[in-house]
Amino acid sequence: MTGNHQSLALMLFSVFVAVTLGITTWVSRNRRGSAEEFYAGGRLFSPMENGFAIAGDYMSAASFLGISGLIALYGYDGLLYSVGFLVAWLVVLFLVAELVRNCGRFTLADVVAARMRERPVRIAAGTSSVTVSVLYLVAQMVGAGSLVALLLGRTGEAAQAWTVVGVGALMIVYVSLGGMRATTWIQIVKAVLLLGGTIALTVLVLIRFHGDFDRLLTTAADRSGHGPAFLAPGLAYGGDWTARLDFLSLGLALVLGTAGLPHILSRFYTVPTARAARRSVVWSIGLIGGFYLMTIVLGFGAAAIVGPDTVRASNAAGNTAVPLLALDLGGGADSTGGTVLFAVVAAVAFATILAVVAGITLASSASVAHDLYASLRRRRGTPRSEVGVARIAAVGIGVAAIALGLLARDLNVAFLVGLAFAVAASANLPVLLYSLFWRGFTTRGAVWAVYGGLIPALVLVALSPVVSGSPGSLFPGVDFQYFPLQNPGLVSIPLGFLAGWLGTVTSAEEPDAAGHAETEVRSLTGAGAV
Amino acid sequence: MPPAAGAAGDVGYDDPWYDALASGWGEAPGHVPAGTVPAARQESEEKAAADIYLQVQRSQAFQEVRSSYRRFVVPAVAGFLAWYLAYMIAATTAPGLMAHPVAGAVNVAMLAGLGQFLSTFLLTWAYARHARLRRDRAALELRWDTQELTRGVRGGAV
Repeated sequence: MTGNHQSLALMLFSVFVAVTLGITTWVSRNRRGSAEEFYAGGRLFSPMENGFAIAGDYMSAASFLGISGLIALYGYDGLLYSVGFLVAWLVVLFLVAELVRNCGRFTLADVVAARMRERPVRIAAGTSSVTVSVLYLVAQMVGAGSLVALLLGRTGEAAQAWTVVGVGALMIVYVSLGGMRATTWIQIVKAVLLLGGTIALTVLVLIRFHGDFDRLLTTAADRSGHGPAFLAPGLAYGGDWTARLDFLSLGLALVLGTAGLPHILSRFYTVPTARAARRSVVWSIGLIGGFYLMTIVLGFGAAAIVGPDTVRASNAAGNTAVPLLALDLGGGADSTGGTVLFAVVAAVAFATILAVVAGITLASSASVAHDLYASLRRRRGTPRSEVGVARIAAVGIGVAAIALGLLARDLNVAFLVGLAFAVAASANLPVLLYSLFWRGFTTRGAVWAVYGGLIPALVLVALSPVVSGSPGSLFPGVDFQYFPLQNPGLVSIPLGFLAGWLGTVTSAEEPDAAGHAETEVRSLTGAGAV
Repeated sequence: MPPAAGAAGDVGYDDPWYDALASGWGEAPGHVPAGTVPAARQESEEKAAADIYLQVQRSQAFQEVRSSYRRFVVPAVAGFLAWYLAYMIAATTAPGLMAHPVAGAVNVAMLAGLGQFLSTFLLTWAYARHARLRRDRAALELRWDTQELTRGVRGGAV
């Protein structure tokens, strides 16, 4: 990677930062400072805008670089990831999007607390939302750090640390000054850039093979050295039964976790009606599905054109497959085309990370201010404006994420993302589904559902080979590994549902029939929706 | 503090479970929720509003909207989850079957994976169409009717 690539990539990225900062100042020029404005952008986005923003929120650098890298290295097994990430949207569309839009105001806890005793439920749901967001945020920060090392040459640990700090500082500025409106526009711009870049590369790959997908696959399989096995599952996850169960666990977490991600749920509040929320999900499924289909072409294209060995030599996890592919498609390392394409891919990847972290920070600052602070604040203390608290929370979460991102920079990004999905599926999804659909659900059930999913998920990770007991773990020196799987989803998701059921049947409280009627009527008709 | 929370203070400031959280505390002035009714009246109004929701829930029109939603969503969710799980389990436990060639370089696994994409797109389209044609109009009417009823109870202060 020569200096040309670096300076061009940095220049493009600076343009993106300048544009997004411009957007932030422009949208916040005459803000009224209401909670509606800050958390939900005034609820006036169109379904298409929100669909692009959801896609921009969801397609992280982990999917752009990570999945195509996995396909380039392991062939078909990388594709399994993208299927899980996409099918998850059906859960969101069918069970969550419209109903949540109708019942809630800003956060997940709004939906649950409507028919329960508000305080304990808000504290529980707020805690789990913040936990999920912080895990996801750390994954993105770690990704940003390693991305800079990969794309701008091996400039050492200092550059990596400064990238994490810089990304964190930018996201604090976006969120605390611009709120949801700025965040949404940044995500829209990013989604357009990412899709544009992906479409261009896909077309170039297909042109290289004269539109013959079959020949692309055959070439990739030949070049990989695995032959036909490259096009079938088993290369990455087909080891012993622990590895296979681990993969099933991850698959379950992926498909059920999306519907519990706080930053995805908060996007539905930015449109005026449930119908608009549905149409924005339809848009985003189209965009996200198209994107993942193209990453398949890019992954196999990288295997066929660059070759798995070259990819592996550049980065063991395969994260550089797409940048290397871009370099080759543009005409090679020393050509202008190669330099330009490489720089574009690098800048798009940075933009992706910035947009995703802004969305998550906003959602978790909403959880802190709207759920936790509102429930825990001292009754007789001076009341502050909720938006003021949310801005401060955004700064606090940003600082915490920078610190954790620096600490965790050696952890695998894909693992952290999988963990965030597992916690979301175990702690947030059961309580959300129960309170939308179960007449007999009670406050105790809600609180147990949250903690009964959250605590097992975190404890199982602490006891897993990720933390101790194997050479690649966080503390390789000690061994307190009692749980064989890396992803806790297979155990903790059923536990979350079970705990919610158990808490409900053992609680002395009568289920609130009127509360259930209100939730059901409001969720399906939109009566009284804000 | 907005008046809503002030009125809440009359109910009992020390009751730890009482909260006016959802009423948007501390929002900018000019955005004041109209909650300045005396506490006793507010309580009876909330009870009346709850009765309205129970009444709407029992109504024929609402039952139809709900069963139309459920008739689509329950089988669809069961279907795509079963199809996804079958796909994942086949990929992890039966790689031999998945590697079976179909045409050229395309094998069963590739077809199944693309089939997942296709079924997701089709279900999305079918759901959006079903909701638009079978549910939206009835739900919108119910929404206005319900809001009309609750507005009557709350004396136009919704």
